[in-house]
Amino acid sequence: MIIDLPSTTTAAVNKALIDLRESGGAIALGRVLTLVVVADEEHAEPAIQAANDASREHPCRIIVLVHASARGGARLDAQVRVGGDAGASEVIVLRMFGKLVGHGASVAVPFLLSDAPVVAYWPGEPPAVPAEDPVGAMAQRRITDVAECRTPVAALRDRGMSYRPGDTDLAWSRTTLWRGLLAAALDQPPHERVTAVRVVGGSDSPSTDLLAAWLGLSLRCPVTRVKARAGVGILSVRLVRRSGPIDLDRPDGATATLNAPGQPERRIALPRRTTSESLAEELRRLDPDEVYARVLTKGLARLTGPRPGAAAAEG
Amino acid sequence: MSPATWHNPLRDARDKRLARIAGPCALILFGVTGDLARKKLMPAVYDLANRGLLPPGFALVGFARRDWADEDFGKVVYEAVRENARTPFRESVWAQLAAGIRFVPGEFDDDAAFDQLAQVISELDTMRGTGGNHAFYLSVPPRFFPMVCQQLARSGLSQQAPHAWRRVVIEKPFGHDLASARALNSVVEEVFPHDSVFRIDHYLGKETVQNLLALRFANQLFEHISNANYVDHVQITMAEDIGIGGRAGYYDGIGAARDVIQNHLIQLMALTAMEEPVSFEAHDLRAEKEKVLSAVRLPEDLGRACARGQYVAGWQGGQLVKGYREEEGISDSSTTETFAAIKLGVDTRRWAGVPFYLRTGKRLGRRVTEIAVVFKRAPHLPFARTATEELGQNALVIRVQPDEGVTMRFGSKVPGTAMEVRDVTMDFGYGHSFTESSPEAYERLLLDVLVGDPPLFPRHREVELAWEILDPVERFWARHGRPDDYVAGTWGPASADAMMARDGRSWRRP
Ligand SMILES: NC(=O)c1ccc[n+]([C@@H]2O[C@H](COP(=O)([O-])OP(=O)(O)OC[C@H]3O[C@@H](n4cnc5c(N)ncnc54)[C@H](OP(=O)(O)O)[C@@H]3O)[C@@H](O)[C@H]2O)c1
Repeated sequence: MIIDLPSTTTAAVNKALIDLRESGGAIALGRVLTLVVVADEEHAEPAIQAANDASREHPCRIIVLVHASARGGARLDAQVRVGGDAGASEVIVLRMFGKLVGHGASVAVPFLLSDAPVVAYWPGEPPAVPAEDPVGAMAQRRITDVAECRTPVAALRDRGMSYRPGDTDLAWSRTTLWRGLLAAALDQPPHERVTAVRVVGGSDSPSTDLLAAWLGLSLRCPVTRVKARAGVGILSVRLVRRSGPIDLDRPDGATATLNAPGQPERRIALPRRTTSESLAEELRRLDPDEVYARVLTKGLARLTGPRPGAAAAEG
Repeated sequence: MSPATWHNPLRDARDKRLARIAGPCALILFGVTGDLARKKLMPAVYDLANRGLLPPGFALVGFARRDWADEDFGKVVYEAVRENARTPFRESVWAQLAAGIRFVPGEFDDDAAFDQLAQVISELDTMRGTGGNHAFYLSVPPRFFPMVCQQLARSGLSQQAPHAWRRVVIEKPFGHDLASARALNSVVEEVFPHDSVFRIDHYLGKETVQNLLALRFANQLFEHISNANYVDHVQITMAEDIGIGGRAGYYDGIGAARDVIQNHLIQLMALTAMEEPVSFEAHDLRAEKEKVLSAVRLPEDLGRACARGQYVAGWQGGQLVKGYREEEGISDSSTTETFAAIKLGVDTRRWAGVPFYLRTGKRLGRRVTEIAVVFKRAPHLPFARTATEELGQNALVIRVQPDEGVTMRFGSKVPGTAMEVRDVTMDFGYGHSFTESSPEAYERLLLDVLVGDPPLFPRHREVELAWEILDPVERFWARHGRPDDYVAGTWGPASADAMMARDGRSWRRP
């Protein structure tokens, strides 16, 4: 069900929510958090879609603050979605016009669920320091998505400079399956030291940077980050060991092969992750992600590009 | 580096995102044409693959007395997956899984078939890199366990090897009494070391059952009132609305108590009553379950503390259904019970004097499994007697299935002028809070087998303790006539209500 409330106030929207619950019981029970999405018109609808899907795992109230237009008088248009139109959540879309655009937090406050954690999510360009943004300051956890920024690599660097505990980025959750497979590969004998790492991925792929940085930090060895064509995501990882390298390759964005010395090639489906899968993973834990923090603030700085002349052959 | 001191530098306790992914391995499934394999096991394998929790190169080998090629079996798996998998179908995931599917035709007494199985598995080790790690899932009637285990031993498949594991998974029933459970166990443990035997009680794989541990041991709210000072009694119910369906051969002569109380209900009781384990490691958890099970006592007078029944034809949920003795394959003189209820005590300081009532049955009012902790009444009520006439006992109910969650029942003032208190309920619905995508029990358990994580699997000692509790009841029933009739679609025989009434209590309508 979708209810439109043009030119309205937060009090009127809250009243509409209570009426909905009393008349139809249409509103989900047992919501575990409030997700505040801050977006422009372009990013709003896909973000709502992703959040609705994620809400099947984490029922929540989704508040979407849309910066509609800074022109004209201050005005609030609201839309409430419940039931089939909202996954296992209720969605409150708040479109802000005029002077209201700068005051999104004040619009969100009346709708935060009592005593439940608040998560902020910027599907597009995030504020310079998310933790100091009025919406970010209310949240335990702040989710950004540097891959959606105009210059992802620079945006990732900014995330490192402005990092505060509770920050996280979808570029990091996009590495989880890769990281899991690599960790599982090292679980197997021979248990040798990894002496060098080489990671290949799209030139604009912040996930490749994070994966490479994580490997370098955890394995305490030199890491080479090789840039491929933009848009291809993570392509391959090589872990160099005395007895020979472990190679995890995903040339086509769907199926990966794992090769290790003396072993047959193993294949596994490794599709690129959707935003809703990544978002669901982010909502699973609300405490600060210390590993991400170290990778972002220490690991990225250690990355080097390939030495001139040293092509793919090393290791 | 030696394996003992080796620590994988990519694993960090603070890195909570990293999933447990099974190492290279093959799952060998016996009984692939069965119900369980089709409805639960094969879909669970796919769901695990889809969640990225199976290793690269994973292989699934089916064994059955069918004249199938690999592709035919692949089609059987495909259909089971399309029909019963929980997660969306992805062509790329299926393609990888399908590439590792093999089939070996044969009877259990056919040496050549098992030699061929060994051959196929060793080819998979070299070609797909399953690394000598093999889990054998015996989804076949237990009477075949001896034959299959011996074949696995004879063909060298069960042979433990360094740097590789061989595990066996077995399903209930684990015998029909203490003696047969021991015999069955020795057959299996002759071939597989005890820590390589994984006994499935799929209830323990359910999220709600694991949530029971969280509820009890992560909160301050409930644990200090979980004892004889506050708790009046506990009711654990597993009710089914279906009859025995096509499973006459399995069910007749076994009955409700052996089929359900011995395993599921006694496990639920152990988790409800046990003390806090030192950790959730297998050893500590099982130690607490065994401790509390060894303190369980049957009442002196079994005749007054137990009830059993057998359904007769009746209207259930708008349908006329057959009685048990009219079901296909059941003799009309069968004395097998389709309903069983027993009262148990726990001789510990915490629970002395608090009865645990366990009941299960087929063709009952509806399908539901729950644990209800019913509290004593408040010692003093500062209200007029008329104000609290409708106030019952407070209860904490763990709904195991369906509609998993927790319900609390307590008194609340009825809106209006006079002071009047009536029971209300407060619900926490797992279905609303976390699920839709919460994994099936078999997914969790299969992954635990492949990863080698045993806490959720009962040890043989627990199976024995459960039989020690149930055997006297079965002997008593064997000597005392036949079960009482109850009409299909009701909540069991009158004798079950009488058993509660003698204690001044009544069954909850779940
Ligand atoms: N289904 C359940 O919900 C459930 C619940 C609890 C426990 N269990 C246990 O799970 C296991 C499987 O249950 P199920 O319901 O799947 O049983 P089922 O439907 O009766 O299937 C049994 C399987 O065993 C095979 N089998 C039987 N006799 C055989 C023989 N002589 N040689 C070769 N294969 C033979 C059958 O193959 P054919 O097709 O060739 O006969 C079939 O694949 C059993 O141990 C059962 O006790 C099942």
